Amino acid sequence: MSVFEAPAVRAGVGSVNPVAKLATALILSLALILSLDTVSASVALLLEIPLLLWAGLPLRTFFLRTLPVWIAAPGAALTIALYGQTSGDVYFRFLLIVVSDGSLELAFATFLRILAVGLPAVVLFVTVDPTDLADGLGQVVRLPSRFVLGALAGLRLVGLFVADWRSLELARRARGVADRGRVKRFASQAFALLVLSIRRGSKLATAMEARGFGASNDRTWARPSPFGVREVLLMLTGAAIAGTAITVAVLAGTWNFIGS
Amino acid sequence: MPSFPSRSGGAAVRARGWGWRHASRRAWSVSDLDLAIQPGERVLLLGASGAGKSTVLSALAGVLGDADEGETRGELTVDGSTPDAARGRVGLLLQDPDSQVILARVGDDVAFGCENLRVPRDEIWRRVTASLDAVGLDVPLDASTSDLSGGQKQRLALAGVLAMRPGLLLLDEPTANLDPDGVREVRDAVARVLAHSEATLIVVEHRVDVWRDLVDRVVVLAPRGGVLADGTPNDVLGRQGAALADSGVWVTEHAPVAPRRERGAERGGLLRAADLAVGRAAGRAIASGIALDVAAGTATAITGPNGAGKSTLGLTLAGLLPPVSGSLTATPLLADGVRTSPIRWRSRDLLTRIGTVFQDPEHQFLASTVRSELEVGPRALGLSSAEMTARVDELLARLRLDALADANPFTLSGGEKRRLSVATVLATRPRVLVLDEPTFGQDARTWRELVQLLSALVTDGSAVVSITHDEHFVRALADREFRMMRGSGAVARLEEVR
Repeated sequence: MSVFEAPAVRAGVGSVNPVAKLATALILSLALILSLDTVSASVALLLEIPLLLWAGLPLRTFFLRTLPVWIAAPGAALTIALYGQTSGDVYFRFLLIVVSDGSLELAFATFLRILAVGLPAVVLFVTVDPTDLADGLGQVVRLPSRFVLGALAGLRLVGLFVADWRSLELARRARGVADRGRVKRFASQAFALLVLSIRRGSKLATAMEARGFGASNDRTWARPSPFGVREVLLMLTGAAIAGTAITVAVLAGTWNFIGS
Repeated sequence: MPSFPSRSGGAAVRARGWGWRHASRRAWSVSDLDLAIQPGERVLLLGASGAGKSTVLSALAGVLGDADEGETRGELTVDGSTPDAARGRVGLLLQDPDSQVILARVGDDVAFGCENLRVPRDEIWRRVTASLDAVGLDVPLDASTSDLSGGQKQRLALAGVLAMRPGLLLLDEPTANLDPDGVREVRDAVARVLAHSEATLIVVEHRVDVWRDLVDRVVVLAPRGGVLADGTPNDVLGRQGAALADSGVWVTEHAPVAPRRERGAERGGLLRAADLAVGRAAGRAIASGIALDVAAGTATAITGPNGAGKSTLGLTLAGLLPPVSGSLTATPLLADGVRTSPIRWRSRDLLTRIGTVFQDPEHQFLASTVRSELEVGPRALGLSSAEMTARVDELLARLRLDALADANPFTLSGGEKRRLSVATVLATRPRVLVLDEPTFGQDARTWRELVQLLSALVTDGSAVVSITHDEHFVRALADREFRMMRGSGAVARLEEVR
């Protein structure tokens, strides 16, 4: 379960309804994947800074959780700088590697874009507690509770699967079959895990059914899932950032709709 | 809460010629059952393995499934209506603590059933607090359910059931997977709950003495359908005790007698642990300073509380986990030509040296039939097919698995799975046997057979190391007992107690 535990952030974005966070992250990413230019990405990134600061994540947690983004952004940029579409002055050439004005510009745009999409997404998501999200999806979005709560309960089993996998591995060594055929063994072990997980899943389903689950979608909710001014504000902020970024890029003439 | 009628009265149960057959089986799991249980009665339901006790409970809880799952005949009612219609009136507690935890936080988990019954929010939280109180689970509402012990998880599930205010409480082997502390916790929680409730109780359990004082009626199901005996506990256990014990029920007056074992001289050391520290992750010891000698012809028991690292020590002794620090060495007698450190051995080298029986037999099954399961080890050793057949046939007969030779290991009963997992290890004749909770959840018959088998192995010169909570088993088998003790710090130590 520890895999899914959200850091305890009570201030700032921590207490906002997860549904609003999900929606905001979606709005921002959708707007930013439509174009590949420097202007829209830098405008968005600039405007996101106050949002990130307000989120209330301790600095250490912030960098730890967003570390993958900080690695992915320069990594992707480097690749594009070396192999991206060539145009303008060429600075360096070696085998397939061509570093040019065009590829450098694309690389920079990619770098900014990954940060602009990745940072807010991570910050918004890491503070989402799965139970709260399920409450929100059930009560605010009104998704069928059978589906939402079934998925939530299933999530809890993932921790058990990790332990199962480990035991399966040790058991194969004990049974004398772990010396050869790594690929085949992996496949058979994966199948064994599948069998175990189906059994665990059906046991869990029985336990849930025994507590009156599944008869109908009609139920009460022990935890309220408030959706108020702060939630709307967060989503509006997201929309405003996205809108501003696109508008500025279009006015500056740098907006290039993907594929065109 | 005027909108919410109190339903604390006990429910009546009635069965008339009731039976059920699983869609994939020819034989009826339960048949010709006639039974009337009055509101507020406390009933212990007994019967041999396969007599259909759990089927009856599942049916009463309305979780047996629809016509696709199986065929029903006769009539089974709770308060005069079908169990499906009586959902919420019936609460069911199952055997496995891990598969009953539904949500991540304690309070939410208890509230789950109430939500499904459409109890208003304020009332839910009142019931959550009251139920946790009733089962004596004193943890914060937002505590993580995955951090609870087995006994705590069972009490949590019981609280979740109680919060639904059932008129019929069904307990399906609720303590079979727990250590002695857990068994006491759950039993006491049920006792406390019953003292303040009018609910009808039906409990299924092999270990009669746990529940004997809490029930006022014992019903024994006959293996071929119908009821074998029905009456007060003393009456039924007095008349049927011997027969019940024979069919696997633990009856104190007829507890399985362990065979006397010749305790001869030790026949040479096999494994030696010196200043050994064990753990699942490199560098993180959960128990340290372990000194232990395993000699041929001896039985060693390792006991102690849950979470102290007994299983981790077992897996380390078995050459499956690397020591965190210190040493585990095989003597030349055991190593027999390979290096001295078991974790460096090839998987094949382990087969004839150290065999491991895992706590959950399902983790170690590899094949699709019982016979081919038993052939896995001998085949890895490269034995001739004549030798392999001879060994497998002998084991099938010795462990009463011959009728199941073509069955899929996963479809076996709990006792059969345990016997098969032991047999797979014996097929390669290791000199050291490491068993993790071999008697967990086993009925008296399988228990007796295991003790007999292991005694014979020790007499023949094998070394048996058992990780166990079962005091009875330790007394019956072990020459030496070591207990894992949690000291002042977080790291446990091993001390010899006998």
